[in-house]
Amino acid sequence: MDYNFYLSTMWSVLKALPLTLEIWFFGIAFGLIIATGLTWLRASGSKFGEYFTRAYVFVFRGSPLLVQLYLIYFGLSQFDFVRHSPILWPILRDPMYCTIVAMALNTAAYESEIFRGALRAVPVGQIEAAKAFGMSAFTRFRLVTLPIALRLALPAYSTEIILMTKATALASMVTIMEMMGTAQKIQHDTFRPIEVLTCAGVIYLLLNLSIARLFAWVEYLLSPHLRPAPEQSQQIKPVPEVL
Amino acid sequence: MDFLNSLMDQLSTAYELLAAGWGLQLLWGIGWTLAVTAVSMMIGAMLGSLVAAAKLSQRGGLRFIGESYTTVFRGEPELLVIYLFYYGGTQILTGVARSTGSIGSTDILNMPSFLGGVLAVGIISGAYQAEVFRGSFLAIHRGELEAARAYGMSAWLRFRLVIMPQVLRLAVPGLGNVWQLTIKDSALISVTGVAELMLTANKAARSTHHSLLFYTVAGILYLVMTSISTPIFDKAERYTSRSFLRPK
Repeated sequence: MDYNFYLSTMWSVLKALPLTLEIWFFGIAFGLIIATGLTWLRASGSKFGEYFTRAYVFVFRGSPLLVQLYLIYFGLSQFDFVRHSPILWPILRDPMYCTIVAMALNTAAYESEIFRGALRAVPVGQIEAAKAFGMSAFTRFRLVTLPIALRLALPAYSTEIILMTKATALASMVTIMEMMGTAQKIQHDTFRPIEVLTCAGVIYLLLNLSIARLFAWVEYLLSPHLRPAPEQSQQIKPVPEVL
Repeated sequence: MDFLNSLMDQLSTAYELLAAGWGLQLLWGIGWTLAVTAVSMMIGAMLGSLVAAAKLSQRGGLRFIGESYTTVFRGEPELLVIYLFYYGGTQILTGVARSTGSIGSTDILNMPSFLGGVLAVGIISGAYQAEVFRGSFLAIHRGELEAARAYGMSAWLRFRLVIMPQVLRLAVPGLGNVWQLTIKDSALISVTGVAELMLTANKAARSTHHSLLFYTVAGILYLVMTSISTPIFDKAERYTSRSFLRPK
């Protein structure tokens, strides 16, 4: 075993981790914003909102992310108005931005479905109770619907985030030298694909396992009511006399 | 009106290019994509049922292997697994062929691209299918397994008459999801050189400089494939669960 080769490969791939995380973070952040908009549009009850979000989800969930990425990166620049636009062109000529845009648009479709399901799963009784308390629509959303829905959406959301980590590897297909691109280059230079890809694989796996851990921890924090009650070793304190 | 003009330009050239032979190539691409997906699903079904059995096993060692399999192949980027099987396979084949002297010491024996791609996607698909099969097995009522045991059925008979029919029925919706995933993963096999839909679209886009047109067409064809499979799996679900439907 050539430990030095493993170590140097590991180190070279790790140096590309910040770039992977950058794509990952911005893809998720913009995706979340778009998904929130889509969920709001879908929940607004308008016919246009429903058809638009349905079509959006159908298109972005039904085709491979690679096709979407190529369409944005290679395809859109065919339009003259895109090439002459001072806003669109700086974004669409840069492979990095294109990857982020493709990932955000793609994940938004999946996330909006997750959020829609979570909103629908909020028990009706809770909302009725909030109404009976005389809460305004905003207070009801802030104090009742949103916290419950967030808690319900979390497991599916964490799965989606892990899919996004895997999706960052596609950036290597449009010349970005993130972890996968770096691994590809080393593999071509050395012709030792098994060793190189194993190194990259270990890093991706550790990354995903830590993300899963993080979400499991957040889920634990958000669900104190689902945990078994602590053992009642201490005596219950008597209610202090008020009078 | 720049937008409309260039759109009209695109549309008029679209017909010419598709009629000039690229349309037929893309249809062949669909055929390869479906072939890759179907073979990968079969490899995945075999691996998936074995891994599901391992994950449900009483033995800690087998459970560990099953858990590791699903964690690793659901946690790695698909592209990495495909490169590993394609280039890794080439590395191993070349090493073996060089040491046996069947090729020269500087020659390279390539992994067959279809085999490498199908193995990689099949193994990924197997990880997802294992979870589907495991979930369906756990949904079988305990009492049925106990009853089968009480009848004195052997393990094989229990599997054949009680477990398998129910796992298959309960797994249909989950398998539909995996099928969709596998169609989309098959687009990545283009990196190994299988002339499926994505690679054909790539070739067409590079040689005609009409990327927008060909990637749009490819996207639409993928949408057609995924949306046609939805009603097929719905039908399969209704068929397999026909004894559980409410009478009308």
